[in-house]
Amino acid sequence: MNGFLNWIEQRIPMMRVANMHAIQYPAPVNMNFWYVFGFLATIVLVNQIVTGVWLTMNFEPSAERAFFSVEYIMREIDFGWLIRYMHSTGASAFFIVVYMHMFRGMIYGSYQKPRELLWVFGMLIYLALMAEAFMGYVLPWGQMSYWGAQVIVSLFSAIPVIGPDLVIWIQGDYVISGATLNRFFALHVIALPLVIVILVFLHIIALHEVGSNNPDGIAIKHKKGSLAEEDKTKYKIHEYYTDKYDIADDVVPFFPHIVLKDLVAFSIFLGVFSYIMFFAPEMGGYFLEHPNFEIANPLKTPEHIFPVWYFTPFYAILKAVPDKLFGVLAMFGAIAALFALPWVDRGSVRSWRYRSGLHTWNLIIFAIVFIFLGYLGGTPQADWKIVASQILTVMYFGFFGLLWIYSKNETTKPVPERITK
Amino acid sequence: MKKLILAIALLLPSLAFAAGSKHPLDDADYDLTDKASLQNGARIFMNYCLGCHQQQYQRYSRTFADLDIPEEIGQEYLQFTGEKVTDYITTPMPVDASATWFGAPPPDLTLVARVRGADWIYTYLRTFYVDDSKTFGVNNLTFPNVGMPHVLQELQGTPRISYEDALIDGETVKRYVGIQSDGDGELSPDEYNKAILDLVNYLQYTGEPSRLGSEKIGKGVLVFIFIFFIFAYLLKKDYWRGVKK
Repeated sequence: MNGFLNWIEQRIPMMRVANMHAIQYPAPVNMNFWYVFGFLATIVLVNQIVTGVWLTMNFEPSAERAFFSVEYIMREIDFGWLIRYMHSTGASAFFIVVYMHMFRGMIYGSYQKPRELLWVFGMLIYLALMAEAFMGYVLPWGQMSYWGAQVIVSLFSAIPVIGPDLVIWIQGDYVISGATLNRFFALHVIALPLVIVILVFLHIIALHEVGSNNPDGIAIKHKKGSLAEEDKTKYKIHEYYTDKYDIADDVVPFFPHIVLKDLVAFSIFLGVFSYIMFFAPEMGGYFLEHPNFEIANPLKTPEHIFPVWYFTPFYAILKAVPDKLFGVLAMFGAIAALFALPWVDRGSVRSWRYRSGLHTWNLIIFAIVFIFLGYLGGTPQADWKIVASQILTVMYFGFFGLLWIYSKNETTKPVPERITK
Repeated sequence: MKKLILAIALLLPSLAFAAGSKHPLDDADYDLTDKASLQNGARIFMNYCLGCHQQQYQRYSRTFADLDIPEEIGQEYLQFTGEKVTDYITTPMPVDASATWFGAPPPDLTLVARVRGADWIYTYLRTFYVDDSKTFGVNNLTFPNVGMPHVLQELQGTPRISYEDALIDGETVKRYVGIQSDGDGELSPDEYNKAILDLVNYLQYTGEPSRLGSEKIGKGVLVFIFIFFIFAYLLKKDYWRGVKK
């Protein structure tokens, strides 16, 4: 057995990679609740891919058959309903864990030097995920699939000069039609998942190069020779890390310590996920919108058109601006601002534990603004809501503006040398 | 931090509210475990609705199997135009012609409970009232000016709407009191409500047939996950025992 494993190891470095990136990867000992969402996002990604493969076995991407084939899966495939609900619940769960993951990065300054690229890869994943989710939502060809696609695709018509032609190019037709459904299917099941998986791979490689951040926002890797022997970790850490750095006694190996922690989080997550799947798959119309149980009808505009909940904050920003082009720019700007976060924040202290009270409040208000924008973008229009969404849009961008201003000369608390225990 | 999470968690449910309807909806207290109710609902559907509305995503055989209706019985009493039990539940009425007759083709009802909600259907079918200005002689409070005749009138009897004069802000306005049957139907008001509830129950079932079994499986799954959680937690605790933290 050992001989066989050696034979493999000499030809492909399986154990070396496993040791380097999982088993003997040094993880900060103080990683808390906020640090499970990356792991959960990976789990959900796997779930989406596996259930997605099974769904494609019976889904028919045509305007005539798409809606019918989804109901066929729901009714006539053994456990088809379960696979479909795993996929539809997974889509929303993906965004929940990704939003938590991103907010974690924000409060502990995980985007700051040297993790800028790590953050950018994460944002690219988020962008690809939004495209993936949008196209996936079109596939069942219900009323919201159709009219949601109509609204989102028509945004591109706001682009000067090339806009109208661009819309036709995207749709593959003069209107949203079976041709659009077909290409969205191709992008949803092959192109974008491939992009996402590659980006996740890069995200993890970049993470392991710079190392995991932690709630204290301080380094666990120290300059070679700077730590006394008793301050170094007693755990077996891979040479890839110990050759370059002294690893402080502030780490645990990823396996089994972090894996077991993630396993506990995973079982709680799975409990909530299963509850939704078996008892409330529509989640009150948030995960599966009620009008989407009606087949797409180009002649019948629904009373209200909303994107699914995870897009509604950006939809509210879009609607807050009276001009279409500037609305679209504001919406994309809202995402672009997140991309720029590592350079907007000019501070050098990472975690909000050691930053100013202003920073803490800025983050908390940003989270509340984001949730409220989501509420405004997902409920019927009203006069007060237009004003409210305009104020909140300003507040959304205000977060970045304020951060840029105060982070330059921020009064911070003393940061400990070593992780607080 | 914990306070913040709590605050957000408490805030979220208040963000959920249903689309407003002018006529308040009654609570449809349906029960998917009540097979007799589901069977009666299927009977009403096949006799009164299927003339115009289809359930083209559902097969007779699935309905019969899930509702404990033997196929021979189902074929004899619930199938009228000689389809096979494995056929989809479709109406013999031509769709193009029906669009001309009613202004719009009668919608498919397989998923209507998931689109409209059980409460809406329950209220809708109980708020028809006589209105001679309409093509079919009836109007509806829940769905004003609907292009559908009151198919269940022979069960309910002739429904009359009554208003009373009320003084609101110094002006006399007509206030809606209720809808009452003349009593010329086959069913008493209570029996009619029960019959509609059975129909709603059946439509709720066809919207999501998997629900009949999913909650039972779900309970088992949750118990399993809970036991898994206990072991995962104990294992984690054991491994972290020696860790300075």
